Amino acid sequence: MDFTIASILALDGVTNGAIYALLALSLVLVFAVTRIIFIPQGEYVAFAALTMAGLQLGQTPLTIWFLLAMALGVAVLDLWAGWRAGRAPAALLREVGLAAALPVAIALVGLWAAPLKLPLFLQALLTLAIVTPMGPLVYRLAYQSLADASVLVLLIVSVGVHFALTGLGLVFFGAEGSRNPSFWDASFSFGPLALSGQTVIIIGASIALIVLLWLFFEKSLYGKALRATAVNRLGARLMGISSTAAGKLSFTMAAFIGALSGLLISPTTTIFYDSGFLIGLKGFVAAVFAGLSSYPLAAVGALLVGLLESFSSFWASAFKEVIVFTFILPVLLWRSLRDPHQDEE
Amino acid sequence: MQARKFLPLAGAALLFALPVLPVPEFWITQLNYIGLFALVSLGLVLLTGVGGLTSFGQAAFVGLGAYTTAVMSTSYAASPWLALLVGLVITGVVALVLALLTLRMSGHYLPLATIAWALSLNFSMANMDFLGKYDGIQGLPPLHFLGISLQDGRAIYYLIWVIAILAAIGVRNLLDSRPGRAIRSLNGATTMAEAMGVSTFRYKVVIFVIAALLASVSGWLFAHFQRTVNPSPFALKMGIEYLFMAVVGGVGTVWGAFIGAGMVKIIEDQLKVVLPALLGSNGNFEIIVLGIVLVLMLMYAPKGLWPYMTAFFGRWWPAPARARDWAGAEPLAARDKPQPGELLLEVDKVRKQFGGLVAVNDVSFQIRAGEIIGLIGPNGAGKSTTFNLISGVLSLTSGAVSFRGQAVGGLASREIARRGMSRTFQHVKMIADMTVLENVALGGYLRSHNGAARAMLRLDREEEKRLFAEAERQLQRIGMGDKMFELAGNLALGPQRLMEIARALCTDPALLLLDEPAAGLRHKEKQALAEVLRQLKSEGMSILLVEHDMEFVMGLTDRIVVMEFGTKLIEGTPAEVQASPAVRAAYLGTEH
Repeated sequence: MDFTIASILALDGVTNGAIYALLALSLVLVFAVTRIIFIPQGEYVAFAALTMAGLQLGQTPLTIWFLLAMALGVAVLDLWAGWRAGRAPAALLREVGLAAALPVAIALVGLWAAPLKLPLFLQALLTLAIVTPMGPLVYRLAYQSLADASVLVLLIVSVGVHFALTGLGLVFFGAEGSRNPSFWDASFSFGPLALSGQTVIIIGASIALIVLLWLFFEKSLYGKALRATAVNRLGARLMGISSTAAGKLSFTMAAFIGALSGLLISPTTTIFYDSGFLIGLKGFVAAVFAGLSSYPLAAVGALLVGLLESFSSFWASAFKEVIVFTFILPVLLWRSLRDPHQDEE
Repeated sequence: MQARKFLPLAGAALLFALPVLPVPEFWITQLNYIGLFALVSLGLVLLTGVGGLTSFGQAAFVGLGAYTTAVMSTSYAASPWLALLVGLVITGVVALVLALLTLRMSGHYLPLATIAWALSLNFSMANMDFLGKYDGIQGLPPLHFLGISLQDGRAIYYLIWVIAILAAIGVRNLLDSRPGRAIRSLNGATTMAEAMGVSTFRYKVVIFVIAALLASVSGWLFAHFQRTVNPSPFALKMGIEYLFMAVVGGVGTVWGAFIGAGMVKIIEDQLKVVLPALLGSNGNFEIIVLGIVLVLMLMYAPKGLWPYMTAFFGRWWPAPARARDWAGAEPLAARDKPQPGELLLEVDKVRKQFGGLVAVNDVSFQIRAGEIIGLIGPNGAGKSTTFNLISGVLSLTSGAVSFRGQAVGGLASREIARRGMSRTFQHVKMIADMTVLENVALGGYLRSHNGAARAMLRLDREEEKRLFAEAERQLQRIGMGDKMFELAGNLALGPQRLMEIARALCTDPALLLLDEPAAGLRHKEKQALAEVLRQLKSEGMSILLVEHDMEFVMGLTDRIVVMEFGTKLIEGTPAEVQASPAVRAAYLGTEH
């Protein structure tokens, strides 16, 4: 290996690492606020990439109907729960209607706009708008009633949700993969190193999002409320912060970040209905590196995973996944030596 | 009563008669798979249902067992029975490494590690030349047992089901034993178990390794049943399905593993036919249903199907109480007790800081053998924290504690328990779904020795009798002999506190630490408790008592240590303390 190859591999690693960093951040975010280890995070990646692919072809992606179905399902559940709790029908109807209005409106716009073959940028926005509302809906359907269950139960629920979403992904998109066009076809060369516009966008978007997340948690009241919930659920609830609202907010952010990651990665590699899982798990390796708690460490871990992956694909391409996932073992050893921690009861 | 004995026997007889009856080959094959799957989910019952840990990587352990025998019996023409042993050793080592890496950390790192490891192993299988890559290895020899070929599905059926049933009986035996009670404490009562001398870490490792070994045996059988192996049955998807089987059947019960394996196998096969036809294309659509059902099960029936079945049958055939078969059992070994007046416990300037808050500020006092010392003070004075420092539940910031001349500051609570200090808890800590007797027997953990292997083989019965005899003796001692077969969770608070004292006594302590034993007791119960404590004192027991109830403390103790705001205020006889204006001010406020 000479310097040229090394620099190309490094650039490749940093680019993928930037995507893993986004996923790792959202996993840390969701875990910190809800104690949910969100295995299905990668499914948003695949949903977004393949929804975008459908829009490219002027087809109506089935994810739009899925969004509509989930919104209606949640509305029915909320009505049932409110009716059983003896809520006043008028207020209940208004509340449930308001909650369902946004996803339904997005779905209707999507159904209208899908066959129009809109410009690339608008398609990307539409994709984000379709996938992001799935976050709080998934939270409502699968997790909300179990919010006080143990981490273990929530983890098993996550695996169930992963199964369901992957299977639905196969129904929605079929077994064939898709690759989307680049957002920016420019190319810059620095000596032997060619920097594509897409790489610039990926790295730029990651940095921007990390800064935004930092601002959100440090400067905004919502962000502080989420952090309070992360530290002490009961205490936050006593201070008037709804843990359900915090859960939905963190799931919304996770879905948005997942969808964005899907849009960013899909021009660089072919995405299949089940590709998201492995991509998301690489984010998990990074999140474990951060002890599921530190945002900066998660970003560092993600870069390490990206670099490890690109260099091992050069030396032993058949074993690159083996190497990346086995990396979790030394990471765990390091963490257990660094902060041995017994379960609280 | 007879039916309870008769039904399982009839079930077993039917199970073993099936292959010779004209049952279609299809159902024999199904039952073979169900037996193989149940063997794996049995391990998950132990790990997840009882131990509160989980693994998504069981399919990878199945793969280790299967590939080991595939390679050894084809490339090296080795005996499959030798390959079984080698497979078990390899699986054991891998499981041990994973456990040692993850189990010192929070419980959710283990499942994450198993996901990563299952993926790595699967990608390895699929890319190694000597493992046949994606095609796997074909042409495994059939098993032979005592010269009989087990090539036929109806023949290997017997081997599969004998192993599965033996494994189930072994796990059941394990759960009803000394190590079993320690394992049952893992899910939510580890602090208490540690205080009784149990290394909870060790038992987490033990159950993870047992679960992995069961999976490995299943893989060995699977390989010789199919006579071919390839990576796909050992993928992560299957690992998740094994967990699904355990959850569906009843993750806390041994037979739930069989119900779950049966239900999932049969229903999944139907879905694999129905869903593609419905959707008009091919693929693993059944995982949608499995995923949704898994979430719904956890929401609405987290204990699975088995408890519903036992509730249904239990109406006619209630579970029999444990037979009281330990009369005349030899007593457990007792430790040599300190001489009256000997310096027993010396607390020297112990300090505990939580960040900037000094919860305990350089507190010192001594206890001599045969004394009852009271530790009192207003709410938030740091009594329970001091208590936790002495018993090793919390670590010292500075200062020293010595017990019978040995420094014990900084030791784990189980090491302190080993030296003869035993405690109760301010908030009762127990295993709610065990009987009172079993809870108290956990106190005898350090006085007994049987391990998991002996327990599974039922070689531990003699010692179990001695343990239960001791537990019953301690329950009689505090007047709870009539409640020993009740579930601990069903008791009222008062009896639960007494049970904790019996459990502490069962450790044969030299010093008893009681954290607010009279809280929540009625007047009569308090009098009875005081009588018990007086009797213990007359037998030479030394007691440190944290208590709120003044009357209780004043009438009972030799000396009293008063704490306020983390600091020792005064130490003296009950009369001196009662007369002290400083104590009065601490409790009632100062007059202005």
